[in-house]
Amino acid sequence: MDWSAVLGQALTQAVGIQAIIYCLAAIGLNMQFGYTGLLNFGQAGFAAVGAYAIAVLVVTFDWGLWPSMAMGILGAIVLALLLGVPTLRLRADYLAIVTIAAAEVIRLVSRSVTFNDVFGGSDGITGKFAAEFYALNPFIAVDPEFSGLTLGPLRYTRNDSWIWLAGWALIAIVLLIFWLLVRSPWGRVLKSIREDEDAARSLGKNVYLYKMESLIIGGVIGALAGFVFAASSQSVQPDNYATALTFFAYTVLILGGAARVLGPVAGTIVFWFLIVFIGEFLTGALRAGWIPDELLRPDQIGQVRFMLVGLGLMLLMIFRPQGMFGDRRELALDAR
Amino acid sequence: MPADRAAETGRPPASYVTRVLGEVPCQPGVPKPDAILIATDVHRQFGGLTAVDVAHLEVQRGSITALIGPNGAGKTTLFNLLTGFDRPDTGQWTFNGESIARMPAHRVARSGMVRTFQLTKVLSRLTVLENMRLAAPHQIGEEVYAAVLPFLWRRQERIVTDKAMRLLRQFNLAEKAQDFAGSLSGGQRKLLEMARALMTDPVMVMLDEPMAGVNPALTQSLLAHIRDLRESGMTVLFVEHDMDMVRDISDWVVVMAQGQIIAEGPPASVMADARVIDAYLGAHHDRPLTADGQSLTRADAEVSSP
Repeated sequence: MDWSAVLGQALTQAVGIQAIIYCLAAIGLNMQFGYTGLLNFGQAGFAAVGAYAIAVLVVTFDWGLWPSMAMGILGAIVLALLLGVPTLRLRADYLAIVTIAAAEVIRLVSRSVTFNDVFGGSDGITGKFAAEFYALNPFIAVDPEFSGLTLGPLRYTRNDSWIWLAGWALIAIVLLIFWLLVRSPWGRVLKSIREDEDAARSLGKNVYLYKMESLIIGGVIGALAGFVFAASSQSVQPDNYATALTFFAYTVLILGGAARVLGPVAGTIVFWFLIVFIGEFLTGALRAGWIPDELLRPDQIGQVRFMLVGLGLMLLMIFRPQGMFGDRRELALDAR
Repeated sequence: MPADRAAETGRPPASYVTRVLGEVPCQPGVPKPDAILIATDVHRQFGGLTAVDVAHLEVQRGSITALIGPNGAGKTTLFNLLTGFDRPDTGQWTFNGESIARMPAHRVARSGMVRTFQLTKVLSRLTVLENMRLAAPHQIGEEVYAAVLPFLWRRQERIVTDKAMRLLRQFNLAEKAQDFAGSLSGGQRKLLEMARALMTDPVMVMLDEPMAGVNPALTQSLLAHIRDLRESGMTVLFVEHDMDMVRDISDWVVVMAQGQIIAEGPPASVMADARVIDAYLGAHHDRPLTADGQSLTRADAEVSSP
């Protein structure tokens, strides 16, 4: 087996485009779940709003990419308001139910035959809608012959290099703002709501308003994940925005440590490294004949790697329930 | 007008409150010379059960008023209604001359009426100091746009921190400032909750069973803190089962049973009242009053608020 190829591929993906997408989605959830205690199970819906906004507006309605992105952010704010207004005064579980349902509604509407002309049905939309973004590729501006970025074991293609760089820059900016927010008195109110919203109310805090702000900010960050997802593949497919996206984002968040600013970054790197490494390792091991064919067929690798990742996560939760950055003492406190 | 006089002097001394209340007749719903809280026809029903049915209640400004009554008398429900944590079916009440009936809880708190809870609500995974800072009113940094610009709120944060540390020292919690509030003992949590309530600069403090679950060593210190509230001009209304404590510190006692106010008066006269002994002690009539107070406290702690 070619270990350097397996490791190189795993490392490339650990900080790759997928990792960026899930990192952003998890940062949004960190604001909502980690700091405010809001159970948003519809982060895929917010990502879908962002992704479809740029695809539909550019391809179907001939808008520019940048105004389409502004509309995507606006769309995420509207979605957060729609979900939050009826549920944020109620107990936490109502938001969970409404968000998971809303995300599915968004996915099913966008893949429905009725709206085929606008959303492209179950095939989604493929087109050069992110061309305006790729035209700004600084690597090509510097070197017209540029064919892709190589940083040690990391290897990215021409277009991927640019969105990779822009994606991590975006994460850096988002995290900076995030960090400023959560260490402020505003962030303190969010944490107090997570701990006990009646206590926050008894001290004169307008709990409903803060929950709404948190839901909106987290949702907008989710839409940013949708932008990267759509732009990186120049296509949107409705089934990419199923509940799995939300739950992988939660996995990333809990793996890294909820309510820690850098938790989602560490979580996404470990999560994608494990998934890709296990997949590549199993493929290599099969090819080298280490695993007998009766035990595992090549087409089963996709499923088996998720089983193994799941097992790994269970072990992590047993031996390190606070995630990588969490504080075990903090977790051990009663959440009264 | 007594109201004007109290406003001028700011803080009526305890002796003044005692003297004024001494002239008030001992009847349920009796008007007070300078009432800070006036409630009329407050009614709350849970299904077929009438939890609160208060015809009239006035609380004297600058006094320590105890609200007592057997379990299920509606004391905590009345607390919840007055502080905006529950909605009444009918009823009007004013606080400091302003109608606050049906106002959301956070606005009641901002108007100067702050409450604590029967089951202490400290914010476990915030430090003791953060618990205190949170409660400070009018914080610029609590606006989302200002939050990202630390230079806008850093100065205020320093002032808030100084005030918090001063209160923590007063409540003997200063060494715990950097610990998670969840690591405090039951009594320390009660102290923190009271200190945190003071961070909001309240006019009136509503304490729901301040002594429940507090070990005897801390009781005296808590009592002294409650007296200090009155000395610094605040009005205190508290629910309590511990009869010794009620006798010890209250200027006025209001007795509830089955949702209604059945008696009012200074502690000594109320506790001698036959109706009160009947309603309050019920089945435990034959046991000594103080020992009973203890067992009631424990029993009630198990019954959470509705």
